[in-house]
This record gives sequence, structure tokens and C-alpha cells, in this order.
Amino acid sequence: MSQTTAIGQPNAVAMAFFFVFIAITLGITYWAARRTRTTEHFYVAGRTVSPGQNGLALAGDYMSAASFLGIAGLVSTTGFDGLIYSTGWLVGWPVVLFLIAEPLRNLGKYTFADVVALRLSQVPVRIAAAVGTLATISLYLIAQMVGAGGLIKLMFGLSYETAIVIVGAVMIAYVLFGGMLATTWVQIVKAVLLLGGAAILAVMVLARFGMNPAALFAEAAARHGEAVLAPGQLVSNPWDAISLGMALMFGTAGLPHILMRFYTVPDARAARTSVFYATGLIGFFYLLTFILGFGAMVFVGPDAIRAVDRGGNMAAPLLAEFLGGTPFLGFIAAVAFATILAVVAGLALAGASALSHDLWVNVVKRGQASGPEELKVARVATVVLGVTAVVLGIAFKGQNVAFMVSLAFAIAASGNFPALLLAIFWRRFTTAGAVASILTGTVGSLLLIWLSPTIQVDVLQRGGAWFPLKNPALATIPLSFGIGIVASLLTGTGAEATGHDAHQRRMHLGAPT
Amino acid sequence: MNEPYGAAELRALARARARIATALTAAMVVLYFGFIALIAFRPGMLARRVTSGLSLGILLGALVIVVSWLLTWVYVRWANAHYDTALKSIGEKRP
Repeated sequence: MSQTTAIGQPNAVAMAFFFVFIAITLGITYWAARRTRTTEHFYVAGRTVSPGQNGLALAGDYMSAASFLGIAGLVSTTGFDGLIYSTGWLVGWPVVLFLIAEPLRNLGKYTFADVVALRLSQVPVRIAAAVGTLATISLYLIAQMVGAGGLIKLMFGLSYETAIVIVGAVMIAYVLFGGMLATTWVQIVKAVLLLGGAAILAVMVLARFGMNPAALFAEAAARHGEAVLAPGQLVSNPWDAISLGMALMFGTAGLPHILMRFYTVPDARAARTSVFYATGLIGFFYLLTFILGFGAMVFVGPDAIRAVDRGGNMAAPLLAEFLGGTPFLGFIAAVAFATILAVVAGLALAGASALSHDLWVNVVKRGQASGPEELKVARVATVVLGVTAVVLGIAFKGQNVAFMVSLAFAIAASGNFPALLLAIFWRRFTTAGAVASILTGTVGSLLLIWLSPTIQVDVLQRGGAWFPLKNPALATIPLSFGIGIVASLLTGTGAEATGHDAHQRRMHLGAPT
Repeated sequence: MNEPYGAAELRALARARARIATALTAAMVVLYFGFIALIAFRPGMLARRVTSGLSLGILLGALVIVVSWLLTWVYVRWANAHYDTALKSIGEKRP
């Protein structure tokens, strides 16, 4: 199908929707700023977020432009293989619920390092956890920034640098003035827009097939071959698929910006309920990507999609244009922009809290900092992080950063998750064990991805790679657990278990009041 | 040493929660990696049609998502009904 597209032209509707979104969210920020006076407000919105609100905000934090545009693009160009990602991105959520959410809420205060360091020696554990947090956050942030610059350039015709600076400036404004309260509401608005936009798009697709998804799939197979409904070349190496699956499943439970959200609700029960809502919303969204992907395959066609963007990222916007013309394209483009803004705001807040709460207050000041001082440092950290993100976003222009999100998940899964799990459930965990586990997982992931085909073949264009797997999680998760356990057993004095009963009490009953 | 209020009940409850959490996590691992293993080792089977247009692969992919969510529902139901009630009765023992 050859059609001319308005993608890449300045689109008045997209601009209008986008400015409305910016105006509303800055209004929210102004409202939130007047309520953000203490560190408890800044980091965790005063712990007053309801389970329903937090469920939407978790979904907002998690559903990035990569999952909306990327998966729709992948399905539209490869069919079934793209769906492997749709399922993979969801399966971490039940793990978060079963193992992490409630204990984290009861044991910690602002960051996941609070929980890891609770029974251990503060300074070394906080430093190690901040390394894990900042590594995860920076990689995630760079990937979002570079993606944002490219997408906004494609959709609005703005220059790459302008796009990055706008994203950076608005993100800093949300977090700096409105803290977690503004960030939460930005996530909620974004989640509603994204879920609503994707649902409308899916209904418009299905309406042409008598609301029967199977008829849509049959049409896709009739036009592009039976193979689009079956596993193809994407999973040529099963170990690759398993390794990526492990990173996705356990990485979600180690993402600092997700974990931080569990402190925004009043208690553990609310944390539990919010994951249940989030899993439902995110699952619904990924089911919609089945429809959007195959819809774009049928109505736009893989060749036309690749012609606009080789990575296929414009599949959903092109589908919107086909079904609803330029105005609907404008709406979906604005939703994608809003999605990026909200995700980077959540990341910036989590990064800033690691810098201020973990490093400044608990390492530099040894826990002796006043609330107002911590709040000031957190705001300075927000600006530093925001400016760094803009600079890195521009520095990585044109680079292949597709691997960065899966690397962020690998570090979250093998640097942050094992230490967090052991700190919650294992009574003999020691400081040396925690530090060794976090550093092994983080450094090991970075090292192995450097030696993997992802960097050596895809980015550096070399002939082969020393490490066979594209994602290191299959090796680094067991390694991080193993090192953490061995180091704990070697350094344990037998006294670690003494505090365990009190720890268990707090884990189930909450902090003593 | 005097044990704090409800210590024995809390230990039993902690064990029960750990059992449920482990079982549900294991179910999740089997569900997802089972699906991945089918993709890797039985791609032909997933290409089979359940109805016209609906391949077994697409159906199972959608089921992985739905069942994951049902597992969170199972946990939330257990926790709201049993775990919270037990915590409340331990809280009531507080001197």
C-alpha cells in the first residue's frame, strides 16, 4: 500500500494536544509544588496515594514509548515474534507482588537501598546500592532520551536537540517543583491517555473485522503469509530467549523507579492492591498490542512501515493515520510524547533520591542531615540528573541504543534484585554479601554485555563475540546470588540472625509506631 | 528472654506467606519459561490453528498474560482474606 503520510510534517493537531498536555501537567505541578514541603512529600507524595492511583501510576511508569511504539512495530513487521515481547514485559509483575512489594513497603522509607541496608552497615551498602540504582537509571534514561529525540523528530519535524532539551526541561520542572505528587499525577494522566488511545485504536481495528480478533489474524495471514502467526527467526537461540526472559521477569522487581512507588501508598495492603491493578492494566495494554500490531500489518503493511522508520516504530501512528486521518495521528503522536515525558520524570526522581537520600544523607553525612537540607540536596540532584540526561541524550545521538533498556533490566535483575530479595528473606545476609552481590551483578552485566554480540556485532560491527548471549541475565543472576550467599557465609559471625525476629515483625506488621 | 506479643503466630504466618509466595512465583516461572521453551523447541506446534486465524502460539501468548494476572488475583484474595485477618489478630494481642 502506498500512501502519503503526514508523519514528519509539523502537525497542528499533535501540537495542540501536546500543548494541552503540557499545560495540564504543569498546572498539576503548580498545585503539587504548594503541597511539597518536606522530604516525605518530595520523595513519596506524603504516602497518601490511593491503591487505584498507584496502580495507574505504576502502569504509567512502566509502559514506555518502547512498549507502545516498539512492540506495535515489531508485531507489525514480524507478526508472532513481536508478541513474545508483549508477554515478556508483563511477567515480572506477579513476581514483584509475591516477593517484593509488601516487605519493601514495611521495611523501607524512600529507596530500595533502605531495605538492603536496614540490618547491615550503612555506608558500604548504600554506596553499592546507589551504584546499582544509578547504573539502571542512567541506561534507562539514555535509551528514553535518544528514543524521544528520534521519535519527536519523526513525528513533529522538530530538530533532535530541540526535542531533547524540551523533554529535559519539562521533566526537571515536574520533579523539581512538584516532586512525587506531580510525578504520580503526570503518570496517571499519561496512563489514562495511553490506555485510552490504544483501546480506541484497537476498537477501530476490530470494528472492521466484526470485533473478532481471529478474523484480523486470518486477514494478516492471508496477506503476508501463514508464517506471521507462528514463531519465526527472532528466537533462533533458545538460551537467548531464556536469558532475556529472566532479565524481564526479575528485572521489574529491581527497577528503582518502580520500587519507589510502593512507598507512596499508606500501607502494605495498599501496595499489594496497587500491583494487582497495575498488572491488570499493563496486561490489558499488552493484549491491545496484539491487535495494534496485526492491525498495522494489515492496513499499513510492513513495507510501508519500514519505509517511514526502519525500526518499525511508526507502526501505531501510521495505523492511527489510516483509521482516523491526520487529527487522530496527532492525538496518538501527542500520547507518545506524553508517554516519554512521564517515564523520564519517574526515572529522574528515582535517580535523584539515590543521589540525595542514599549517597548524600546516609554516606556523606552519615545519616545526620536535617529534612530541609535533604530536600535541598534532592532538588539539586534533580537538576544535575536532568542536565546530565540532556547532555547524554545529545551525546548519544544517532547511536544504536536499543540494547540499553534490556541492559538496564539485566542490571536491575542481577545487581538490585538478588540483594533486595536476600536482605528481605535471608537471615544470614551480611554487609560483605550485599556489596559483593550488587557489584558482581552490576559490573558483571556491563562486562558481559560488552563482550556479547549486542555490542561486538550489532554496535561495533565485529565478526563475532566472546560471550554468546545477547542478554547476560542467565549468567549474572545466578552469579550475583551465588557470590552474595558465599560472601555472607564467609564473613558471617553468627550474630546476624539476632535482629531477624524484629526484622520479620517489621516486615509483616510494619514499622513500629 | 520474653518473646514479644504474637511471636509464635507471626512465625507461622511468615512461613505460610513464604510458602504461598514461593509456590506462586514457581507457577509464574513454569508458565512463562514453558511458553518460551515451546517457542524454542516446538515452533511447529505453536503454528497449528485453533480456529481459522487463531494459532496456538497467539492463544497461548494471550493466556500467559491473562493467567499471570489471575495469579496476582489468587494471591491478593489469599492475602486480603487470610493474611490480613491473621495480622489483625496478632495486632490485637499487642499489650
